Amino acid sequence: MTLTIDRTEAGQTPVAKGKPRGGALDPFFEALCLASATVLLAALCWVLVSLLIGGWPAFHKFGVNFLFIRSWNPVTEVYGAAGPIVDTLITAFLALAISLPIAFGIAVFLVEFCPPVLRRPIGTAVELLAGIPSIVYGMWGLFVLAPWFALHIQLPLLTLAKPGSLLDKMTSGIPNGANILTASIILAIMVLPFIAAVLRDLMMTVPAQVRESAYGLGSSTMEVITKVSLPYIKRSAVGAVMLGLGRALGETMAVTFIIGNSHAFPKNLFDSGSTIASTIANEFNEATTDMHTSALIALGLVLFLITFAVLAMARALLGQQKVV
Amino acid sequence: MKSKVLIARRKAGNALFVGFCWITAAIALAALAAILFSLFKDGLGGMNLQIFTMDTPAPGSPGGLRNAIVGSILMCALAMLIAVVIGVLAGTWLAEYAGDSAYGKVVRFVNDVLLSAPSILVGLAIYQMLVAPFHGFSGLAGSVALALLAAPVVTRTTEDVLKLQPSALREAGVALGSPLASTVRRILWRSARTGILTGGLLAFARISGETAPLLFTALNNQFFSLNMTKPMANLPSVIFNGGLSAYDDLRKLAWAGALLIAVAVLGVNIIARTLTRENRQS
Repeated sequence: MTLTIDRTEAGQTPVAKGKPRGGALDPFFEALCLASATVLLAALCWVLVSLLIGGWPAFHKFGVNFLFIRSWNPVTEVYGAAGPIVDTLITAFLALAISLPIAFGIAVFLVEFCPPVLRRPIGTAVELLAGIPSIVYGMWGLFVLAPWFALHIQLPLLTLAKPGSLLDKMTSGIPNGANILTASIILAIMVLPFIAAVLRDLMMTVPAQVRESAYGLGSSTMEVITKVSLPYIKRSAVGAVMLGLGRALGETMAVTFIIGNSHAFPKNLFDSGSTIASTIANEFNEATTDMHTSALIALGLVLFLITFAVLAMARALLGQQKVV
Repeated sequence: MKSKVLIARRKAGNALFVGFCWITAAIALAALAAILFSLFKDGLGGMNLQIFTMDTPAPGSPGGLRNAIVGSILMCALAMLIAVVIGVLAGTWLAEYAGDSAYGKVVRFVNDVLLSAPSILVGLAIYQMLVAPFHGFSGLAGSVALALLAAPVVTRTTEDVLKLQPSALREAGVALGSPLASTVRRILWRSARTGILTGGLLAFARISGETAPLLFTALNNQFFSLNMTKPMANLPSVIFNGGLSAYDDLRKLAWAGALLIAVAVLGVNIIARTLTRENRQS
């Protein structure tokens, strides 16, 4: 932006006193901004309230047991959230466990070792992939990963494992590739570019002087990353990872495509399951009884509380540090 | 002697670390390349002129995605309109007016929650606000649900980018005798333009492929319709239904739709980048 000042003019004009011209708009503008901020608050409150109201009949009927009942049966009208809750947590944390080291690796690679010619194209590719809608990842999971997984992992394991052995117990499941593990892999691939892009951006914010002085003291690359860069970006990095976890917990479409949508309580990672979000997506429009609808909304409330808890935890972790 | 061992150990550790980074980068890029490859292979396989001229078909008959494309564009446009207005103003309030106030902290926290709030829950909430009471799914409800997902992204980026602006800019505004509102609008917003635009584009990228909230709000529509108060066709729903259907031609349409969305999102991103770069050069 350029700013030109006419010096002679500036020297002669007397300084105006009192409120600046157009200042009458100030309170109006501030109120408008405040109102917009309040819309966000109202929206979140409405999400919570509507889930409470909609889910009330289910909570009223099943009480706290709603969380522990292991069956989800629209025919007998018995609904319990245990299966979906467990599946949701397993897929999300497994996805994070897979994607976090890889995202960290690619971020460090891009910042530290990548040949300069490739740095921009690869960095751009990662950023662009972070924007691809999750349903695309879901399609890929359903049509490419699931058949591959069934053919090259599940079938060999099935023939390898003796019936009743530990391996059999750990890997038994319908060999169609639609299971909790593949859902986690898809989730991991999905959140990977997001976390990697944010981590890379954060590492770029570490001042060159700080990193170079560490190198100047004879640090190896690993030491610069783990002892200088990481502590510098710790707070924001945790935030980025928490955002990734939030995405994984609430991700609907990619999971609905590939998790198999079975309501039985999962026996192992190779078993099909259904997360909270996939259950709602599959059944909400087809729910025939009020209790079914209400149970689905109650599930939604559980998901809301889980993601809320994750974020509150992140905040508590972040609160102690006043960096960045 | 001791120091030599230590150096050797540090070197070995570093080599492992470097190797780990190379391998993870290779794995990640391979996985992502595999996805792009099938997307383009299967998407282009289902692509033809009919996609843009015909509406979604019944299984077995020829058809395209015209109604879904138009529906998606309409709903996203309306959603972005709402989201940008609310997001930029709310972000401005957080950055310029809220300071350390308790209400500011609450709103910031709420915005963080909304950012990560599962989109399907937003769909459920809007269903109970705009669908259930009026006994009908509508494109409008879909737009509001999408807006609710986009607004927090815009708010967050606006706040962040405004806070990055040097306070000298604010002081310059005050020194010129400009009211705070004008300083914000004419100096800060302009200087933060690229950042805010990026936020808007990120938000658009997020909602353009968003499926879950549309399932219970806009539903879907087999036919061409511009009526926002009625169920509206949209690309994500067509992809979802087609992908899970048993019919080959519907699956082909789903892949074509997925490619369209992906290309649109990539295109928007690339436009944003070019804008950012030009802005930096001038």
